[in-house]
Amino acid sequence: MTTTNRIERHHYDVVVIGAGGAGLRAAIEARLAGKKTAIISKSLFGKAHTVMAEGGAAAAMGNVNSRDNWQVHFRDTMRGGKFLNNFRMAELHAKESPQRIWELETYGALFDRTKDGKISQRNFGGHEYPRLAHVGDRTGLELIRTLQQKIVSLQQEDKAEFGSYDARIKVFAETTITELLLDGEKVAGAFGYYRESGEFILFEAPAVVLATGGVGRSYKVTSNSWEYTGDGHALALRAGATLINMEFLQFHPTGMVWPPSVKGILVTESVRGDGGILKNSDGKRFMFDYVPDVFRKQYADNEAEADRWYKDPDNNRRPPELLPRDEVARAINSEVKAGRGTPAGGVYLDIASRLPAEEIRRRLPSMYHQFKELADVDITKEPMEVGPTCHYVMGGVEVDPDSGAAYGTVRGLFAAGEVSGGMHGSNRLGGNSLSDLLVFGKRAGGHAASYADQLTSRPKVSIGAVEAAVETALAPLQRDTGENPYHLQQDLQAVMGDLVGIIRRHGELEDALSRLAELRERVAKVSAAGGRRYNPGWHLALDLRNMLVVSECTAKAALERQESRGGHTREDFPAMDPKWRRVNLVCALDGDTVRLTHKPLPKMRAELVGLFDRAELAKYLTDEELADFDALAEEAGK
Amino acid sequence: MGTKRHFRIWRGDESGGDLQDYQVEVNEGEVVLDVIHRLQATDAPDLACRWNCKAGKCGSCSMEINGMPKLGCMTRMSTFEEAETVTVTPLRTFPIIRDLVTDVSFNYEKARETPAFAPPAGVAPGEYRMQQVDVERSQEFRKCIECFLCQNVCHVVRDHEENKQAFSGPRFFIRAAELDMHPLDAKTDRKEYAQAEQGLGFCNITKCCTEVCPEHIKITDNAIIPMKERVVDRRYDPLVWLGSKIFRRGQVPQTSVTSGSHSGAVHSHAAAGGVHSHAGGSHDPAAEAQAQAGVNWHREVPKPTAPAVDDNGKLPLTELTFDRAAAPSPFGDDVQFPLPPEHLNFAHPEQDKH
Repeated sequence: MTTTNRIERHHYDVVVIGAGGAGLRAAIEARLAGKKTAIISKSLFGKAHTVMAEGGAAAAMGNVNSRDNWQVHFRDTMRGGKFLNNFRMAELHAKESPQRIWELETYGALFDRTKDGKISQRNFGGHEYPRLAHVGDRTGLELIRTLQQKIVSLQQEDKAEFGSYDARIKVFAETTITELLLDGEKVAGAFGYYRESGEFILFEAPAVVLATGGVGRSYKVTSNSWEYTGDGHALALRAGATLINMEFLQFHPTGMVWPPSVKGILVTESVRGDGGILKNSDGKRFMFDYVPDVFRKQYADNEAEADRWYKDPDNNRRPPELLPRDEVARAINSEVKAGRGTPAGGVYLDIASRLPAEEIRRRLPSMYHQFKELADVDITKEPMEVGPTCHYVMGGVEVDPDSGAAYGTVRGLFAAGEVSGGMHGSNRLGGNSLSDLLVFGKRAGGHAASYADQLTSRPKVSIGAVEAAVETALAPLQRDTGENPYHLQQDLQAVMGDLVGIIRRHGELEDALSRLAELRERVAKVSAAGGRRYNPGWHLALDLRNMLVVSECTAKAALERQESRGGHTREDFPAMDPKWRRVNLVCALDGDTVRLTHKPLPKMRAELVGLFDRAELAKYLTDEELADFDALAEEAGK
Repeated sequence: MGTKRHFRIWRGDESGGDLQDYQVEVNEGEVVLDVIHRLQATDAPDLACRWNCKAGKCGSCSMEINGMPKLGCMTRMSTFEEAETVTVTPLRTFPIIRDLVTDVSFNYEKARETPAFAPPAGVAPGEYRMQQVDVERSQEFRKCIECFLCQNVCHVVRDHEENKQAFSGPRFFIRAAELDMHPLDAKTDRKEYAQAEQGLGFCNITKCCTEVCPEHIKITDNAIIPMKERVVDRRYDPLVWLGSKIFRRGQVPQTSVTSGSHSGAVHSHAAAGGVHSHAGGSHDPAAEAQAQAGVNWHREVPKPTAPAVDDNGKLPLTELTFDRAAAPSPFGDDVQFPLPPEHLNFAHPEQDKH
């Protein structure tokens, strides 16, 4: 009782957990709706993982090729996700992303320009037309800085009006939320700690937006930062929300594999968009051998045509290096397994022999700079060694497509960005994540604000729940017999990397589940040395249980889905199965254990189905669905 | 397999601390941050250190390595000798929280004080039109990853806590410059703001900030100096000021003495040849007049010459390795004082009163 009395308490209308692109955009929207808004950031303000995005933000503005429009973008997104996407999210995303990008310019963003002064757009894997608004290869940084500065500008307005920068929107930097607090089924607040001091903090708020990003730190080789421990996924589960599509993880095909200082770091897809090619240790450009039938029409089958495409994309088919990410990742994996990889277990990505050094430096400045500085590799002179790295989780909180409100039993919980699921289906196209977080960040923030508005009474935080949260948080510090959290994390990463990685097998997945069960016992007894002030060992100990439960969801769903699709590849079920396309795997918590259920996908509206060729649909849909399509087409023809 | 290397890392909090010795394994191709992570996983699980991307993109892992402000993730172990001790300390300019973590809230306060982008009136979203060449100037400054190494190294605040109130630091000078050069920013007083509110005048251009910038932003050359020059143009042009003093003594008709038409008036008055000398500040009006007549207002100010740089294109010294505690002379180390009289061209501001 005395412990909970001394906890710092704050009252807000909307609490946004996560200060990346989605979180900041949601917070801006909630504040613009007049709500008192808190932003919780695990790191310093402006350091979120969004800064790592390099390629750009996809939006069908049609600045470079006027034939682009939302319908084409929608088609590309559905194709990329192998039709498992929530169609409504894909539709909203394709329709609204241009406005979200233009809006950023009014906040002060400076994108690269076309000759006539519009926002320039670049080619990217899976996008039919040049579509990615970009700033060199640091688009994510531009996005986060722009949103950060917009928040500062709103704070300046509040300072002028109310005398305090923090009057209506405040950033809690280096603060971690460990529990969501409920009043019945309604969100009542969030509990966490300041990383700097280790002191606890309690937010009382009727609406919470999760924007915590992904889960990559559960993997050995990952491009993700330490923050990506699946906090939002786990918070949502524990609050009674559901997760979908957790079996789908994107392994970026071209992460650095050598030297170790840059292991896992991404080599942006635009290296390939600008002419980079993949070669095996025999020096062979191997991607031509891996073009799947569904893509034969769009991708070149010989080097001459592929090379012409860079100059004349209208009359030539695309180089196979620009296939969707999962195809490229699988191809690299096959080459390495066949013994044609580099000594460090990757393949060569060569741009040095394709473009003049000066051109490479101009087009890929931060890429050039990064490898020169971090690894002493000169990409204008030598090829890079690349291989698949865990990059993005397609799965996440199951949400209402229009509002971002979490499904399940909980009310008042919203999710946007990587932590939400459905938008990208089984695989995300490059460039769709930055636009995703703007489109759905805005929607989640706006709907969280109106949810808070329509409540007649504020939900109450119960003292018992706070006491329990305090106890859980302090437990690792009070135990001195348990294991070191860093070793537990390494063990977890080994299980996930080796057994639930890019290529999956039935036996290995079962093995993974039993090892995860053992790890669960060990994590429950983890102990952290040291005190409460800025103690990274303690912080990791608290994150471990989130990583564990999310890993269990991934392993269970991966075992259940007996097909290969997008970011989920089963060696024992190598083909896509139209029957599985109709199913989302939904994870929920039943007490402590993850419960998995099947849920049918929402049925796409007729006018959206009509955007596709029958021949294309035939690759994805069951005969029954195709019959429906034919009936519709016949009706339209009458 | 790696080799054991000797590290000294500052451990402690605001109440004090000291350097602690660690022997730690280092493998080929690793950076300092990798080694710190290995220490956390082995000898020092509670060693506090900020990091995020480990790719030089987020600017979290700022620290001082062998006294040089650097990013831990961008400092390759191969840059040290095998037997060299690597000393890692927190940023000196900011208050310690614990170990390598400092309280950088100073920077966020200054960020909040800097006026935000002002969107142009009447231009709808989607209607913004800018040329690449025009956005590139601001884009250079928007590369900033906010590692705050420039703020840390800036001697105006590094050892002068008292200056923090009035001085925003290089990070926010480039923010002001970025907005100043933004093709569509509707606010027009960015430079004046930098001078009046951000303390631009404190900067005496030692270029330490440029040298430590991991993004290689030319903070001094491309942001601070142009801003200073333009502020000076408008407010402190010495010719305007000096000209008005001279003309007021009745050498030329008073009508030509207005600050608006200064340059023409002054230059028309200039005589050929000779370097102005006050000859020791004489009070004799005749001597004064003669001296004035000898002033060559067309004297060519020597062009600034680039300093000698080393193989990496950097200055061979920094404030940290410099041979004295303060900044170098703004006049250059080769200028001896007192100057020989023939090199002087100065009129004392108080001389009219005598």
